[in-house]
Amino acid sequence: MRRFLALTRKEALQVGRDPSSILIAFVLPLILLFLFGYGVSLDATSIRVGLVLPSTEDADDLAAALTASDGIEVTTARDRRDLTGALVAGEIRGIVVIPDGFRAGDPIQVLTDGSEPNTARFVENYVRGIVQSWIAGEAGRPSPPSIAVDQRYWFNPGLESRYFLVPGSIALVMSLIGTLLTALVVSREWERGTMEAMLATPVSPVELLLGKFVPYLLLGLGSMAICTMLAVWLFGVPLRGSIPALVAISAAFLVPALGQGLIISALSKNQFVASQLALLSGFLPATLLSGFIFEIDSMPQVIQWITVVVPARYLIPSLQTVFLAGDIWPLFLGDIAAMLAIGMVFMGLAANATRKRLA
Amino acid sequence: MASDALARLDGVTMRFAGAEAPALDGIDAEILGGRITGLVGPDGAGKTTLMRLMTGLLQPSAGRIEILGHPAHGSLTPIHRSIGYMPQRFGLYEDLSVIENLELYADLRGLTGPERRQSFDRLLAFTDLARFRGRLAGRLSGGMKQKLGLACALLKTPRLLLLDEPGVGVDPISRRELWRMVGDLTGQGIGVVWSTAYLEEAERCDTVLVLDRGRLAYTGPPGGLTGRVEGRAYHLTGLTDRRTALARLLDRPEVIDGVIQGSAVRLVTRAGAGVPEPDEAGVVPEPVPPRFEDAYVDMLGGGPGGHSALAEGYRTIDGGGTVIEAEGLTKRYGDFTAAGDISFAIGRGEIFGLLGPNGAGKSTTFKMLCGLSRPTAGLARVAGLDLARDGPRARARIGYMAQKFSLYRDLTVAQNLAFFAGVYGLSGRRRRRQTERLVDIFDFGPHLTVAARDLPLGFKQRLALACAVMHEPEALFLDEPTSGVDPITRREFWTHINGLVRRGVTILVTTHFMDEAEYCDRVALIYRGREIATGTPDDLKVRARSDETPDPTLEEAFIGLIEASDAEREAA
Repeated sequence: MRRFLALTRKEALQVGRDPSSILIAFVLPLILLFLFGYGVSLDATSIRVGLVLPSTEDADDLAAALTASDGIEVTTARDRRDLTGALVAGEIRGIVVIPDGFRAGDPIQVLTDGSEPNTARFVENYVRGIVQSWIAGEAGRPSPPSIAVDQRYWFNPGLESRYFLVPGSIALVMSLIGTLLTALVVSREWERGTMEAMLATPVSPVELLLGKFVPYLLLGLGSMAICTMLAVWLFGVPLRGSIPALVAISAAFLVPALGQGLIISALSKNQFVASQLALLSGFLPATLLSGFIFEIDSMPQVIQWITVVVPARYLIPSLQTVFLAGDIWPLFLGDIAAMLAIGMVFMGLAANATRKRLA
Repeated sequence: MASDALARLDGVTMRFAGAEAPALDGIDAEILGGRITGLVGPDGAGKTTLMRLMTGLLQPSAGRIEILGHPAHGSLTPIHRSIGYMPQRFGLYEDLSVIENLELYADLRGLTGPERRQSFDRLLAFTDLARFRGRLAGRLSGGMKQKLGLACALLKTPRLLLLDEPGVGVDPISRRELWRMVGDLTGQGIGVVWSTAYLEEAERCDTVLVLDRGRLAYTGPPGGLTGRVEGRAYHLTGLTDRRTALARLLDRPEVIDGVIQGSAVRLVTRAGAGVPEPDEAGVVPEPVPPRFEDAYVDMLGGGPGGHSALAEGYRTIDGGGTVIEAEGLTKRYGDFTAAGDISFAIGRGEIFGLLGPNGAGKSTTFKMLCGLSRPTAGLARVAGLDLARDGPRARARIGYMAQKFSLYRDLTVAQNLAFFAGVYGLSGRRRRRQTERLVDIFDFGPHLTVAARDLPLGFKQRLALACAVMHEPEALFLDEPTSGVDPITRREFWTHINGLVRRGVTILVTTHFMDEAEYCDRVALIYRGREIATGTPDDLKVRARSDETPDPTLEEAFIGLIEASDAEREAA
């Protein structure tokens, strides 16, 4: 216990004096969250679309409805051939073709740019929506429809992508920071020869590992706090769950993240290699395999199995829930259990790699 | 128990995965209490591996190690409770203060209560670090770091103290103090293992284990080895051209080793050869007491001859005058002066040495002189060209051999040679001829396709020299050129350098080997960024002469000069 406290104290002193840990724990999340918060957006606003318009009265009326909407910006032409060039060049994302002799109820054609599927789908749905409501208005409001669809989105009523992007980004940032922190500090000890001196004292590997783990767990929770403040105060993401829930989720996540860093540093013993490995093994899987950007359910079965050991996969749903929905403990507990289980395996591997023998 | 050995090694062999030869091969040794055991050998001989085996941090591939009665393959806790280990670079946390480092190691060793305070007081007094309790370890000088490392290893007084190259990178005064401290410890019955590549250090140990490529070449008191060359060491003084004389003497069959010592030449003759003949100028060799180094070289089969094939094919550079010139060279980083007002002029065909402990400013001066660093003030000139203005033209006329032989590690020997030939603008027949010649001289033939990083250290050094002289420069800059290599390779290197100098090449060399300083025509002693003395090695020895040391060695002369400089600083 005394040795563990001594190691913890040493680590705390070092963190206080060495700007690199502070940079990783507090400045890096600020930069990354700014990038994600402002740079990445899945909301579509003002997509340019071409419109081929014959001269009939109904067509003019529909064109007016399309032009008046916020979501798209319409360029009008008399012939489709005038617009295909712009579509190929990517200047417009779709073409709405209203056929000659158009009358309300006739089908219209929508051409979209399939090289950008998200935008294509957006254009398609958006145009369909406008056309349908135009038809409904045109029909002279015959009788109120028997079923009125009144759409309401729970947890994110404005459907702002930032609301689910920011908690997801926090998960990415934490994956990187957690792994990087321990990967760098332990490999630095190998590089400077202090690890060798430590190992020749009566200290045990478990004490050594805990002496690294506990201070950086606290530091990691500190960066989590910064991320949360940024999310709530700057990006206006609601925090509907409780702070204790957030702390529990974060702490559980840091066990595998820090453990992963400890494995990396025990194996590489070199700060440069360790930082590369931390980026590769921390950030990439968290981005690609966590379900944040790509749906896990639509991945090939083999890849789905791999995602089971990616801790961020469990952090993201829990974080999104605690921010947007509230405390839903059954969901949290399942994710926390999964993260702790992975963490225990990682810490075991790290202890194995840091036996008191060199080479 | 048969004897009271603190550590016992029985047929210890260590093989690392992927390595061809074993790092250690069948080592039998005993470490006794109350004495200093020297672990002696060049880099790569297996010293650090043997140290780590004795801490239990490595397991031998074969053989048995017992430390303080505990087998090293069992639990390490009892061993780690009673040994002190100072790894290379001292194992200190640079961003912790002196006292915080001590507290950390005290906690790890379970040192508590009044004993703890007593230990701190005793060690801080012992190492003279009490004044620096609050200073960060990273801000200490090399010598103070080494003392702090020692203090950390001595908390809870160990029975066995393992010091891995404690003398490296430390100024001569601190090194002398370290010897005094370690002498105190052995007086208390502690067994000390001290590994070193310096043969002057080996000579001061009570007993030595001499390692040669993983094998134990000699065990016993250093005097036992020195005895083998008793009556075979000679001095020749009053030579007009000592370098030519040495080259001729080394080629004689009865001479097994020879070096330059200031203005004299030192010779060791083959066993049974009798008194050597006078040299061609009629200088009669006078017998002198042998040194450990003489015996060491003799044991390894003697040094190379005096003939340098490299120098033989080299162009002759005529003319006199100044080739390398420093005029008030100064380099400041913020308010720290790394080198202040350094001035000297090196004539054609002269060997000039920059000496001083690590961090004194010799590398800074060196880098300004070869145009790698821009001086804050002052001038650096090579062959009349100002390096600040005519850098590229000046650099084409110098050859540069960087510290640790910075070659392209991933390129093969042949690729390194080709690359440097290209860099120096050699082409066509000249390029082919130069490369062939260097391959021949340095015997690179069998190694041409080997990556530089896999070469033995001695070969790396040869390759670095070959690359530096590819374009037959008129001046050579050598930064710690023989650091860590074995004495035979060092002699071979100096045979080439002596030969090149006779062709008119001018040499600037930095070193902390006193041996190497003896080869120089003149040396400048750099200390705390200042040039505190310049002169021939013999001059400096005369200047440091006192009643206590009537005939100082070069190292003693340095200590004297540094102490005088410190006294002056304090008075000012």
